[in-house]
Amino acid sequence: MFSKFGAIALALAVTCTAVPAHAQSLFSSFSGKLLLTGGVNSVEGSAGGGLTPWAVTGGYGTQTQLGGNVYGTTIDTTDYRITSYGGVVTAFDRLELSLSRQSFDTQKVGGALGLGDGFTIDQTTAGIKVRLLGDAVMDQDEWWPQVAVGAQFKSNDKGWLVKALGARDDSGTDYYISATKLLLAEGVLLNATIRETRANQYGILGFGGIDNAYHTEFEGSAAYLVDRHIAIGAEVRTKPDNLAVAHEGTAYDAFVAIAPCKAFSLTLAYVDLGNIVTRRQTGFYASLQAGF
Amino acid sequence: MNAPMKALIAVVCLALAASPALAEPPKPANAPVVSPDGALYRAFGGHDGLVRVVDDLFVYVDADTRINGFFEKAKRAHTKAMLVEQFCQVTGGGCVYSGKDMGASHHELGITQADFDALVEDLQRAMDKNKVPFPAQNRLLAALAPQSRAIVYHPTAADMATSGPVSQ
Repeated sequence: MFSKFGAIALALAVTCTAVPAHAQSLFSSFSGKLLLTGGVNSVEGSAGGGLTPWAVTGGYGTQTQLGGNVYGTTIDTTDYRITSYGGVVTAFDRLELSLSRQSFDTQKVGGALGLGDGFTIDQTTAGIKVRLLGDAVMDQDEWWPQVAVGAQFKSNDKGWLVKALGARDDSGTDYYISATKLLLAEGVLLNATIRETRANQYGILGFGGIDNAYHTEFEGSAAYLVDRHIAIGAEVRTKPDNLAVAHEGTAYDAFVAIAPCKAFSLTLAYVDLGNIVTRRQTGFYASLQAGF
Repeated sequence: MNAPMKALIAVVCLALAASPALAEPPKPANAPVVSPDGALYRAFGGHDGLVRVVDDLFVYVDADTRINGFFEKAKRAHTKAMLVEQFCQVTGGGCVYSGKDMGASHHELGITQADFDALVEDLQRAMDKNKVPFPAQNRLLAALAPQSRAIVYHPTAADMATSGPVSQ
Protein backbone atom coordinates (compact mmCIF):
# COMPACT_ATOMS: atom_id res chain seq x y z
CA MET A 1 0.00 0.00 0.00
CA PHE A 2 2.71 2.48 0.95
CA SER A 3 4.73 1.58 -2.12
CA LYS A 4 1.65 2.39 -4.21
CA PHE A 5 1.35 5.86 -2.68
CA GLY A 6 5.10 6.33 -2.88
CA ALA A 7 4.81 5.66 -6.61
CA ILE A 8 1.97 8.20 -6.87
CA ALA A 9 4.00 10.83 -5.01
CA LEU A 10 6.99 10.18 -7.25
CA ALA A 11 4.82 10.40 -10.37
CA LEU A 12 3.42 13.73 -9.17
CA ALA A 13 6.89 15.06 -8.47
CA VAL A 14 8.00 14.08 -11.97
CA THR A 15 4.88 15.67 -13.45
CA CYS A 16 5.58 18.83 -11.48
CA THR A 17 9.09 19.16 -12.88
CA ALA A 18 7.69 18.47 -16.35
CA VAL A 19 5.52 21.59 -16.18
CA PRO A 20 7.60 23.61 -18.62
CA ALA A 21 9.12 26.96 -17.83
CA HIS A 22 7.15 28.63 -20.59
CA ALA A 23 3.98 27.76 -18.69
CA GLN A 24 5.19 30.26 -16.11
CA SER A 25 3.79 33.15 -18.14
CA LEU A 26 0.41 31.41 -18.16
CA PHE A 27 0.64 30.81 -14.42
CA SER A 28 1.46 34.47 -13.81
CA SER A 29 -2.28 35.11 -13.85
CA PHE A 30 -2.97 32.21 -11.51
CA SER A 31 -1.62 30.37 -8.51
CA GLY A 32 -0.18 33.35 -6.66
CA LYS A 33 -0.52 31.87 -3.18
CA LEU A 34 2.35 30.05 -1.52
CA LEU A 35 2.60 26.28 -1.61
CA LEU A 36 0.12 24.36 0.58
CA THR A 37 -1.59 27.56 1.81
CA GLY A 38 -4.85 26.58 0.10
CA GLY A 39 -5.14 23.46 2.24
CA VAL A 40 -6.46 20.16 0.97
CA ASN A 41 -10.10 19.14 0.52
CA SER A 42 -12.09 18.05 3.52
CA VAL A 43 -14.38 15.07 3.20
CA GLU A 44 -17.29 17.39 2.35
CA GLY A 45 -15.24 19.22 -0.29
CA SER A 46 -14.48 22.53 1.42
CA ALA A 47 -10.82 23.50 1.56
CA GLY A 48 -9.13 22.73 4.86
CA GLY A 49 -7.79 19.64 6.46
CA GLY A 50 -9.18 16.19 5.77
CA LEU A 51 -11.96 16.27 8.34
CA THR A 52 -12.69 19.95 8.75
CA PRO A 53 -12.86 23.14 6.72
CA TRP A 54 -10.30 25.88 7.38
CA ALA A 55 -10.65 29.63 6.91
CA VAL A 56 -8.41 29.48 3.84
CA THR A 57 -9.95 29.47 0.39
CA GLY A 58 -9.15 26.46 -1.77
CA GLY A 59 -6.73 26.55 -4.65
CA TYR A 60 -4.00 29.12 -5.12
CA GLY A 61 -5.78 32.30 -6.19
CA THR A 62 -4.85 35.56 -4.44
CA GLN A 63 -6.96 38.72 -4.05
CA THR A 64 -6.74 39.45 -7.77
CA GLN A 65 -7.00 35.86 -9.01
CA LEU A 66 -9.31 32.91 -9.44
CA GLY A 67 -8.43 29.49 -8.10
CA GLY A 68 -9.81 25.99 -8.09
CA ASN A 69 -9.17 22.32 -7.67
CA VAL A 70 -10.63 18.87 -8.02
CA TYR A 71 -10.02 16.01 -5.63
CA GLY A 72 -10.76 12.39 -4.93
CA THR A 73 -10.62 10.80 -1.50
CA THR A 74 -10.99 7.23 -0.37
CA ILE A 75 -11.25 6.05 3.23
CA ASP A 76 -11.10 2.34 3.97
CA THR A 77 -12.33 1.62 7.47
CA THR A 78 -12.96 -1.51 9.47
CA ASP A 79 -16.34 -2.14 7.84
CA TYR A 80 -16.84 0.48 5.17
CA ARG A 81 -15.40 2.30 2.23
CA ILE A 82 -16.13 6.01 2.09
CA THR A 83 -15.28 7.88 -1.08
CA SER A 84 -15.59 11.57 -1.76
CA TYR A 85 -14.87 13.52 -4.89
CA GLY A 86 -15.59 16.99 -6.15
CA GLY A 87 -13.98 20.38 -6.41
CA VAL A 88 -13.94 24.02 -5.51
CA VAL A 89 -13.77 27.30 -7.38
CA THR A 90 -12.60 30.39 -5.57
CA ALA A 91 -12.72 34.07 -6.40
CA PHE A 92 -10.26 36.70 -5.16
CA ASP A 93 -9.29 34.77 -2.03
CA ARG A 94 -12.69 35.78 -0.71
CA LEU A 95 -15.36 33.37 -1.91
CA GLU A 96 -15.18 29.59 -2.22
CA LEU A 97 -17.87 27.49 -3.85
CA SER A 98 -17.62 23.73 -3.61
CA LEU A 99 -19.52 20.76 -4.95
CA SER A 100 -18.86 17.21 -3.89
CA ARG A 101 -20.30 13.76 -3.57
CA GLN A 102 -19.83 11.40 -0.66
CA SER A 103 -20.45 7.67 -1.09
CA PHE A 104 -20.73 5.32 1.84
CA ASP A 105 -20.29 1.71 0.76
CA THR A 106 -21.62 -0.56 3.50
CA GLN A 107 -19.78 -3.57 2.03
CA LYS A 108 -20.63 -6.71 4.06
CA VAL A 109 -22.55 -4.77 6.71
CA GLY A 110 -25.15 -3.98 4.03
CA GLY A 111 -25.65 -7.70 3.50
CA ALA A 112 -25.96 -8.37 7.22
CA LEU A 113 -28.63 -5.68 7.48
CA GLY A 114 -30.56 -7.17 4.57
CA LEU A 115 -29.70 -4.29 2.24
CA GLY A 116 -27.32 -6.33 0.15
CA ASP A 117 -23.53 -6.46 0.12
CA GLY A 118 -22.07 -3.21 -1.16
CA PHE A 119 -25.24 -1.23 -0.53
CA THR A 120 -24.18 2.39 -0.93
CA ILE A 121 -25.59 5.61 0.45
CA ASP A 122 -24.71 8.70 -1.58
CA GLN A 123 -24.79 12.33 -0.57
CA THR A 124 -24.30 15.49 -2.59
CA THR A 125 -22.89 18.54 -0.82
CA ALA A 126 -22.78 22.09 -2.13
CA GLY A 127 -20.67 24.47 -0.08
CA ILE A 128 -20.09 28.17 0.19
CA LYS A 129 -17.38 29.84 2.25
CA VAL A 130 -16.62 33.54 2.67
CA ARG A 131 -13.37 34.84 4.14
CA LEU A 132 -14.28 37.62 6.50
CA LEU A 133 -11.00 38.97 7.81
CA GLY A 134 -7.37 38.31 8.43
CA ASP A 135 -4.64 36.65 6.42
CA ALA A 136 -3.46 33.42 8.01
CA VAL A 137 -0.09 33.61 6.28
CA MET A 138 0.81 37.31 6.03
CA ASP A 139 -0.42 38.68 9.38
CA GLN A 140 2.57 37.27 11.28
CA ASP A 141 2.78 40.33 13.55
CA GLU A 142 -0.85 40.14 14.67
CA TRP A 143 -2.59 37.77 17.03
CA TRP A 144 -5.75 37.43 15.01
CA PRO A 145 -6.35 34.51 12.71
CA GLN A 146 -7.93 34.39 9.30
CA VAL A 147 -11.66 33.92 9.81
CA ALA A 148 -14.24 32.55 7.41
CA VAL A 149 -17.85 31.45 7.63
CA GLY A 150 -19.45 28.80 5.50
CA ALA A 151 -22.43 26.60 4.84
CA GLN A 152 -22.71 23.10 3.43
CA PHE A 153 -26.00 22.11 1.82
CA LYS A 154 -26.28 18.34 1.94
CA SER A 155 -28.73 16.00 0.25
CA ASN A 156 -28.81 12.27 0.94
CA ASP A 157 -30.20 9.96 -1.77
CA LYS A 158 -31.48 7.23 0.59
CA GLY A 159 -34.14 9.15 2.45
CA TRP A 160 -36.30 6.06 3.00
CA LEU A 161 -33.43 4.29 4.70
CA VAL A 162 -32.15 7.09 6.92
CA LYS A 163 -35.71 7.88 8.01
CA ALA A 164 -36.22 4.20 8.86
CA LEU A 165 -33.11 4.51 11.04
CA GLY A 166 -34.65 7.42 12.90
CA ALA A 167 -33.42 10.49 11.02
CA ARG A 168 -35.96 13.24 10.42
CA ASP A 169 -34.73 14.47 7.05
CA ASP A 170 -32.77 13.39 4.03
CA SER A 171 -31.29 16.85 3.59
CA GLY A 172 -29.83 19.47 5.84
CA THR A 173 -27.48 22.40 6.05
CA ASP A 174 -24.38 22.77 8.22
CA TYR A 175 -23.10 26.22 9.15
CA TYR A 176 -19.58 26.85 10.39
CA ILE A 177 -17.09 29.47 11.36
CA SER A 178 -13.38 28.70 11.03
CA ALA A 179 -10.32 30.46 12.37
CA THR A 180 -6.94 29.55 10.91
CA LYS A 181 -3.51 30.83 11.90
CA LEU A 182 -0.11 29.99 10.53
CA LEU A 183 2.63 30.52 13.10
CA LEU A 184 5.27 30.73 10.41
CA ALA A 185 8.30 31.26 12.61
CA GLU A 186 7.40 28.02 14.42
CA GLY A 187 6.23 26.23 11.26
CA VAL A 188 2.89 25.44 12.90
CA LEU A 189 -0.63 25.85 11.53
CA LEU A 190 -3.64 25.83 13.84
CA ASN A 191 -7.33 25.75 12.96
CA ALA A 192 -10.49 25.74 15.00
CA THR A 193 -13.95 25.34 13.54
CA ILE A 194 -17.33 25.57 15.21
CA ARG A 195 -20.08 23.81 13.29
CA GLU A 196 -23.83 24.01 13.73
CA THR A 197 -25.28 20.80 12.36
CA ARG A 198 -28.15 18.33 12.43
CA ALA A 199 -26.21 15.77 10.40
CA ASN A 200 -25.72 12.19 11.53
CA GLN A 201 -22.34 10.85 10.37
CA TYR A 202 -21.71 13.85 8.07
CA GLY A 203 -25.26 13.41 6.69
CA ILE A 204 -24.65 9.86 5.47
CA LEU A 205 -27.26 8.76 8.05
CA GLY A 206 -29.54 11.73 7.49
CA PHE A 207 -30.37 14.78 9.55
CA GLY A 208 -32.01 15.10 12.94
CA GLY A 209 -33.00 12.16 15.09
CA ILE A 210 -33.80 11.99 18.76
CA ASP A 211 -34.15 15.74 18.49
CA ASN A 212 -34.29 17.97 15.45
CA ALA A 213 -32.16 20.75 16.91
CA TYR A 214 -28.88 22.10 15.67
CA HIS A 215 -25.92 20.77 17.62
CA THR A 216 -22.78 22.82 18.20
CA GLU A 217 -19.67 20.81 17.39
CA PHE A 218 -15.93 21.51 17.53
CA GLU A 219 -13.33 20.66 14.94
CA GLY A 220 -9.62 21.29 15.30
CA SER A 221 -6.48 20.81 13.24
CA ALA A 222 -2.82 21.24 14.04
CA ALA A 223 -0.09 20.85 11.46
CA TYR A 224 3.68 21.12 11.43
CA LEU A 225 5.60 22.12 8.32
CA VAL A 226 8.37 19.59 7.84
CA ASP A 227 9.58 21.45 4.80
CA ARG A 228 8.01 23.53 2.06
CA HIS A 229 6.38 20.49 0.48
CA ILE A 230 5.35 18.38 3.45
CA ALA A 231 3.06 19.00 6.39
CA ILE A 232 2.18 16.51 9.11
CA GLY A 233 -0.58 16.91 11.64
CA ALA A 234 -3.65 15.69 13.41
CA GLU A 235 -7.32 16.57 13.54
CA VAL A 236 -10.36 16.02 15.68
CA ARG A 237 -14.05 16.44 14.85
CA THR A 238 -16.85 16.04 17.34
CA LYS A 239 -20.27 15.09 16.01
CA PRO A 240 -23.82 14.88 17.33
CA ASP A 241 -24.90 11.55 18.79
CA ASN A 242 -28.52 11.88 17.84
CA LEU A 243 -29.69 8.55 16.39
CA ALA A 244 -31.27 6.15 18.87
CA VAL A 245 -30.28 3.05 16.88
CA ALA A 246 -26.52 3.63 16.84
CA HIS A 247 -23.95 5.56 18.83
CA GLU A 248 -21.93 8.17 16.91
CA GLY A 249 -18.40 9.00 18.06
CA THR A 250 -15.74 11.64 17.62
CA ALA A 251 -13.48 11.36 14.58
CA TYR A 252 -9.68 11.75 14.61
CA ASP A 253 -6.92 11.58 12.07
CA ALA A 254 -3.16 11.86 11.80
CA PHE A 255 -2.02 12.97 8.35
CA VAL A 256 0.85 13.77 6.07
CA ALA A 257 0.19 16.12 3.15
CA ILE A 258 2.68 16.22 0.30
CA ALA A 259 2.65 18.91 -2.38
CA PRO A 260 5.48 18.50 -4.90
CA CYS A 261 4.11 21.64 -6.61
CA LYS A 262 0.96 23.74 -6.62
CA ALA A 263 -0.67 21.59 -9.28
CA PHE A 264 -0.91 18.46 -7.14
CA SER A 265 -1.06 17.26 -3.58
CA LEU A 266 -1.38 13.86 -1.96
CA THR A 267 -2.67 13.46 1.58
CA LEU A 268 -2.40 10.22 3.51
CA ALA A 269 -3.88 9.69 6.93
CA TYR A 270 -4.68 7.17 9.57
CA VAL A 271 -8.24 7.80 10.70
CA ASP A 272 -10.36 6.80 13.62
CA LEU A 273 -13.87 7.82 12.63
CA GLY A 274 -15.39 6.63 15.89
CA ASN A 275 -18.36 4.31 16.02
CA ILE A 276 -20.41 4.14 12.80
CA VAL A 277 -23.45 1.86 13.38
CA THR A 278 -21.53 -1.36 13.97
CA ARG A 279 -18.32 -0.52 15.78
CA ARG A 280 -15.35 1.83 15.88
CA GLN A 281 -14.05 2.48 12.38
CA THR A 282 -10.33 2.87 11.87
CA GLY A 283 -8.37 2.75 8.67
CA PHE A 284 -6.48 4.59 5.97
CA TYR A 285 -7.37 7.75 4.15
CA ALA A 286 -5.85 8.83 0.85
CA SER A 287 -6.70 11.98 -1.06
CA LEU A 288 -5.38 13.31 -4.33
CA GLN A 289 -5.85 16.93 -5.36
CA ALA A 290 -5.16 18.73 -8.62
CA GLY A 291 -5.67 22.42 -9.09
CA PHE A 292 -4.34 25.92 -9.46
CA MET B 1 -35.33 30.64 7.43
CA ASN B 2 -33.87 28.83 10.43
CA ALA B 3 -32.02 30.32 13.35
CA PRO B 4 -28.42 29.36 12.43
CA MET B 5 -28.95 30.78 8.93
CA LYS B 6 -30.17 34.06 10.41
CA ALA B 7 -27.26 34.15 12.82
CA LEU B 8 -24.81 33.46 10.01
CA ILE B 9 -26.24 36.20 7.82
CA ALA B 10 -26.07 38.59 10.77
CA VAL B 11 -22.40 37.71 11.34
CA VAL B 12 -21.55 38.15 7.65
CA CYS B 13 -23.34 41.50 7.47
CA LEU B 14 -21.63 42.74 10.62
CA ALA B 15 -18.22 41.62 9.42
CA LEU B 16 -18.63 43.17 5.99
CA ALA B 17 -19.84 46.40 7.54
CA ALA B 18 -16.91 46.41 9.95
CA SER B 19 -14.20 45.36 7.52
CA PRO B 20 -13.15 48.88 6.37
CA ALA B 21 -12.58 49.73 10.03
CA LEU B 22 -10.55 46.56 10.46
CA ALA B 23 -8.31 47.56 7.57
CA GLU B 24 -6.33 49.74 9.93
CA PRO B 25 -3.42 51.80 8.63
CA PRO B 26 -0.34 49.62 8.23
CA LYS B 27 2.14 49.63 11.06
CA PRO B 28 5.61 50.96 10.34
CA ALA B 29 6.58 48.42 7.76
CA ASN B 30 10.23 47.95 8.53
CA ALA B 31 10.79 44.55 9.96
CA PRO B 32 11.56 43.82 13.60
CA VAL B 33 14.69 42.24 15.00
CA VAL B 34 13.55 38.66 15.55
CA SER B 35 16.83 37.22 16.75
CA PRO B 36 18.55 39.75 19.03
CA ASP B 37 21.28 37.25 19.92
CA GLY B 38 22.24 36.88 16.25
CA ALA B 39 21.61 33.13 16.10
CA LEU B 40 19.46 33.60 13.01
CA TYR B 41 22.13 35.81 11.41
CA ARG B 42 24.66 33.04 11.94
CA ALA B 43 22.24 30.44 10.52
CA PHE B 44 22.26 32.48 7.32
CA GLY B 45 26.03 32.50 7.27
CA GLY B 46 26.47 36.04 8.55
CA HIS B 47 26.99 38.98 6.22
CA ASP B 48 28.58 36.93 3.46
CA GLY B 49 25.75 34.43 3.63
CA LEU B 50 23.13 37.16 3.30
CA VAL B 51 24.97 38.64 0.32
CA ARG B 52 24.99 35.24 -1.38
CA VAL B 53 21.27 34.75 -0.71
CA VAL B 54 20.41 38.19 -2.09
CA ASP B 55 22.68 37.72 -5.12
CA ASP B 56 20.97 34.42 -5.90
CA LEU B 57 17.57 35.96 -5.22
CA PHE B 58 18.11 38.40 -8.08
CA VAL B 59 19.31 35.66 -10.40
CA TYR B 60 15.90 34.06 -9.88
CA VAL B 61 14.01 37.37 -9.96
CA ASP B 62 15.57 38.37 -13.28
CA ALA B 63 14.43 35.08 -14.77
CA ASP B 64 10.96 35.35 -13.22
CA THR B 65 8.60 36.87 -15.80
CA ARG B 66 5.99 37.38 -13.09
CA ILE B 67 7.95 40.11 -11.35
CA ASN B 68 11.18 41.00 -13.15
CA GLY B 69 9.53 44.12 -14.56
CA PHE B 70 9.40 45.65 -11.09
CA PHE B 71 13.14 45.77 -10.51
CA GLU B 72 15.19 48.37 -12.31
CA LYS B 73 18.59 47.01 -13.19
CA ALA B 74 20.17 50.45 -12.83
CA LYS B 75 19.36 50.45 -9.14
CA ARG B 76 20.38 46.84 -8.61
CA ALA B 77 23.39 47.39 -6.38
CA HIS B 78 21.41 49.69 -4.12
CA THR B 79 18.41 47.34 -3.98
CA LYS B 80 20.64 44.42 -3.04
CA ALA B 81 22.48 46.44 -0.40
CA MET B 82 19.20 47.57 1.16
CA LEU B 83 17.87 44.00 1.26
CA VAL B 84 21.06 42.69 2.84
CA GLU B 85 20.90 45.50 5.38
CA GLN B 86 17.29 44.76 6.21
CA PHE B 87 17.82 41.00 6.46
CA CYS B 88 20.87 41.69 8.65
CA GLN B 89 18.75 43.83 10.96
CA VAL B 90 15.96 41.25 11.18
CA THR B 91 18.28 38.32 11.82
CA GLY B 92 20.14 40.12 14.59
CA GLY B 93 23.31 40.95 12.71
CA GLY B 94 23.40 44.39 14.25
CA CYS B 95 22.66 46.42 11.11
CA VAL B 96 20.20 49.29 11.01
CA TYR B 97 18.09 49.48 7.87
CA SER B 98 18.75 52.87 6.29
CA GLY B 99 16.46 52.54 3.28
CA LYS B 100 13.05 53.96 2.62
CA ASP B 101 9.93 52.93 4.43
CA MET B 102 8.51 49.83 2.73
CA GLY B 103 5.21 51.50 1.95
CA ALA B 104 6.84 54.64 0.55
CA SER B 105 9.29 52.69 -1.61
CA HIS B 106 6.58 50.53 -3.20
CA HIS B 107 3.60 52.82 -3.42
CA GLU B 108 2.14 53.25 -6.91
CA LEU B 109 3.93 50.21 -8.32
CA GLY B 110 0.63 48.33 -8.29
CA ILE B 111 2.18 45.28 -6.64
CA THR B 112 -0.29 42.46 -6.00
CA GLN B 113 -0.23 39.77 -3.34
CA ALA B 114 0.68 37.34 -6.10
CA ASP B 115 3.72 39.48 -6.97
CA PHE B 116 4.75 39.58 -3.30
CA ASP B 117 4.38 35.80 -3.06
CA ALA B 118 6.42 35.37 -6.24
CA LEU B 119 9.29 37.27 -4.63
CA VAL B 120 8.92 35.07 -1.53
CA GLU B 121 9.18 31.98 -3.73
CA ASP B 122 12.32 33.30 -5.39
CA LEU B 123 13.76 34.08 -1.96
CA GLN B 124 12.91 30.57 -0.80
CA ARG B 125 14.79 29.14 -3.79
CA ALA B 126 17.76 31.36 -3.02
CA MET B 127 17.76 30.27 0.63
CA ASP B 128 17.47 26.62 -0.41
CA LYS B 129 20.41 27.02 -2.77
CA ASN B 130 22.48 28.41 0.09
CA LYS B 131 21.41 25.60 2.42
CA VAL B 132 19.68 27.89 4.91
CA PRO B 133 17.83 25.55 7.29
CA PHE B 134 14.04 25.52 6.74
CA PRO B 135 13.17 26.78 10.27
CA ALA B 136 15.61 29.70 9.83
CA GLN B 137 14.02 30.51 6.47
CA ASN B 138 10.60 30.61 8.10
CA ARG B 139 11.77 32.92 10.89
CA LEU B 140 12.99 35.45 8.33
CA LEU B 141 9.86 35.10 6.21
CA ALA B 142 7.63 35.50 9.28
CA ALA B 143 9.33 38.83 9.99
CA LEU B 144 8.98 39.99 6.38
CA ALA B 145 5.44 38.75 5.66
CA PRO B 146 3.62 41.64 7.40
CA GLN B 147 5.36 44.04 4.99
CA SER B 148 2.93 42.76 2.38
CA ARG B 149 0.30 45.03 3.92
CA ALA B 150 2.38 48.10 3.06
CA ILE B 151 3.81 46.81 -0.21
CA VAL B 152 0.76 45.25 -1.83
CA TYR B 153 -1.38 47.78 -3.64
CA HIS B 154 -4.93 47.96 -2.30
CA PRO B 155 -7.00 50.21 -4.53
CA THR B 156 -9.15 52.74 -2.73
CA ALA B 157 -12.51 53.91 -3.97
CA ALA B 158 -10.89 57.13 -5.19
CA ASP B 159 -8.27 55.19 -7.18
CA MET B 160 -10.95 53.04 -8.76
CA ALA B 161 -12.85 56.15 -9.84
CA THR B 162 -9.85 57.66 -11.61
CA SER B 163 -7.45 55.04 -12.90
CA GLY B 164 -6.55 51.52 -11.97
CA PRO B 165 -3.18 50.40 -10.64
CA VAL B 166 -0.23 50.33 -12.97
CA SER B 167 0.21 46.68 -13.82
CA GLN B 168 3.88 45.84 -14.31
